[in-house]
Amino acid sequence: MHPPVKREYPSKPEAVYFYGTCLVDTFFPQSGLAAVELIEREGVRVIFPQGQTCCGQPPFNSGYHREARAVAREQLALFPADLPVVVPSGSCGAMLRVHYPGLFAGEPEAGAAEALASRVFEWSDFMVQVLRVKLADKGPPLKVAYHPSCHMLREMKVRDAPQSLLAQLERVEVLPLANQEECCGFGGAFSVKMGDVSRAMVADKCRAVRQSGAELLLSMDAGCLINIGGALDRLERDSGGSADAGKESGPSWMPLPLFIQQRVTGGVQPAGGTASLGAQPGGGHAA
Amino acid sequence: MQLDAKQFKRDRAAALENKPLRRNLERAMTTIRGRRNERFSQFVDGEALQWIGHAIKRNALANLPDLLEQLEEQLTSRGIQVHWAETTGDANRIVKDIAKRRGVGLVIKGKSMVSEEMELNDYLAGHGIEALEADLGEFIVQLAGEPPSHLVAPAVHLSRQEIAVLFHDELGEEYTEDIQAMTALARRVLREKFQQAGMGVTGVNFAVAETGTIALVENEGNGRMCTTVPPVHVALMGIEKVIPRLDEMSPLIRSLTASATGQPISTYFNWLSSPRRPGEKDGPEEVHLVILDNGRSSIYADEELRETLDCIRCGACLNICPVYSRIGGHAYSTVYMGPIGKILTPQLAGLEKGGHLAGASTLCGACYEVCPVKIPIPDLLLRLRREGVQPTPAGIATLKGAGAKASLGEAMVWKGWRVVHNRPALYKLMTRLLGFAGRTLPKRMGPLREWSATRDLPKAANRSLHHLLRDRSNAWEAGKIRSDSE
Repeated sequence: MHPPVKREYPSKPEAVYFYGTCLVDTFFPQSGLAAVELIEREGVRVIFPQGQTCCGQPPFNSGYHREARAVAREQLALFPADLPVVVPSGSCGAMLRVHYPGLFAGEPEAGAAEALASRVFEWSDFMVQVLRVKLADKGPPLKVAYHPSCHMLREMKVRDAPQSLLAQLERVEVLPLANQEECCGFGGAFSVKMGDVSRAMVADKCRAVRQSGAELLLSMDAGCLINIGGALDRLERDSGGSADAGKESGPSWMPLPLFIQQRVTGGVQPAGGTASLGAQPGGGHAA
Repeated sequence: MQLDAKQFKRDRAAALENKPLRRNLERAMTTIRGRRNERFSQFVDGEALQWIGHAIKRNALANLPDLLEQLEEQLTSRGIQVHWAETTGDANRIVKDIAKRRGVGLVIKGKSMVSEEMELNDYLAGHGIEALEADLGEFIVQLAGEPPSHLVAPAVHLSRQEIAVLFHDELGEEYTEDIQAMTALARRVLREKFQQAGMGVTGVNFAVAETGTIALVENEGNGRMCTTVPPVHVALMGIEKVIPRLDEMSPLIRSLTASATGQPISTYFNWLSSPRRPGEKDGPEEVHLVILDNGRSSIYADEELRETLDCIRCGACLNICPVYSRIGGHAYSTVYMGPIGKILTPQLAGLEKGGHLAGASTLCGACYEVCPVKIPIPDLLLRLRREGVQPTPAGIATLKGAGAKASLGEAMVWKGWRVVHNRPALYKLMTRLLGFAGRTLPKRMGPLREWSATRDLPKAANRSLHHLLRDRSNAWEAGKIRSDSE
């Protein structure tokens, strides 16, 4: 290992590939669509290869490299043109950018994996560093908190981009979370294999979110969101939540691209805090 | 300590339910993380210091056999006796034989994780030799009859009140929760023992090959006492502690103390280079260095896994770890706990017994971020997980229990996963079915139960992103190809 080299960013391309990730595809397609449309707004065409499935991280992290490689090999072939590959996830992005070269070391696709890795960008990073977007906020005042995912921070090395997008939204106040950069406890298979530790971690994360005063929790990573969001919704239901009219409802949650799109288009705002609204970005809107 | 997956599950569940433990850990970890970060923020470039540490240790490990020989020559020429121990059994016998030859009945100890690895205290007790821990934290856990729960702060799992009760019960003194009074009490007990002890045993932080210097970092002066008062000093180290040059110690020490406790330098810093020489008024008559392998040379044989041996035992990875900071050190049933323990233990004990520890991580990478020598712990966890289920030739050659974690059930799951994800049409169908199933998934089944105990299951959307972009993407792709050919 060696010290990371500061990334150089290309100028604005004519088109990009969009790698939606299986979690966004399945649970938050509206946010995937929002991410695509926000890129298009900047005059960049978006190519979505229909052959994409999953980056292979789940078996890779469990040690099953043969299965991971077999699926990764198919993904490698999806991006033939020399265009940026934009991924709305720090974790899946890191799989393509950081882990593919190792996964294919010594394989015939080693060169292709290296080449792809150099073209992979996390969505918020791409929006800020390459497209240099300017956002005009059309939504009402709102207090939010942002959960930075571990792989976004420590593998993709993207620390500021999501926050700088949020900072452009005039009426959005971003509140700090206690232990902001601590893992939420998702960890893929970890969340069920070490369910007890995972639950203890997400319980602490939920406490931090609730104590932050934020009405809405945002993140770029779908894995973290289904974990924290699922736990927030459960807490909300268990405590009676908004069913009790006298009680303040707990924070809702949403993937960042969908939120940004709603703010800049003046679209739907979360009415704040019921369990069903929390899940709405994924399921509700698509229905 | 029973090292296996079932025991780990029981112990961590108990730890998670143990409210006082959780409180003690949270308080201590928050404080110590803060101190570390504060200190690093004062460096012009803290990360650069980490990479310097990395380079020094990488270079040292690359030349390990030569450096060990050079170290032995230098030490021997100054009258320090060097002993090589392949196993912990060998190391224990070496220490016992020295003690027996000198007629030692009481050994006083500075902090040494290698001695924990050897279970030296129990071994000596079996031969009629008492070993007393002189590091305050170690003194406390020894009174409690427990192993250390942290590499640097052995009693971090206990609160002040718990220690007060322990001192009252075990030392028979009046109950006090006053830290000054408790420390003074331990000091009084230990002072006497330092004078009576026939031998001091300590660990080693660094051994410098060029000069034959043994470096010992500590804060309480107990290390200084152990190495100067008793007539015999025995230092214990793993083979990985040697570094080439004296000037390399400076960045490593800065990084070590900053990472461990947030200190600019430790209160005591001992450089030991010989027994008492003629005309000197203090110092031991005999100094011995026991160099322990205990499986390290197997780790050394694999270039990637070798980075495990770069560790300087600062404990920063424990403090930052979201798992360690919630379950503490005892739940692991290992000598080395936390992230470093999760990569070291499976290699020392074999994957069959310790492989489950590599799974006890979300791969969040916080450990790698703070490591003063930049050990890529997440990458090594991934490597060990892989060796457990689909071993590589290199793993089979050097790792005990390679392939031992393979399970038919899990293998079938991933094979099935591969079938689905290698066929986009099938994948899309599955996504669609999930969308229909929505929340009707069986919450109480297998892994889903682990998820849904405190979390709602996510609801799959009725229409996937593939579906939403179905018509447009083809047009874009066609457009792109057209514009490329223009």
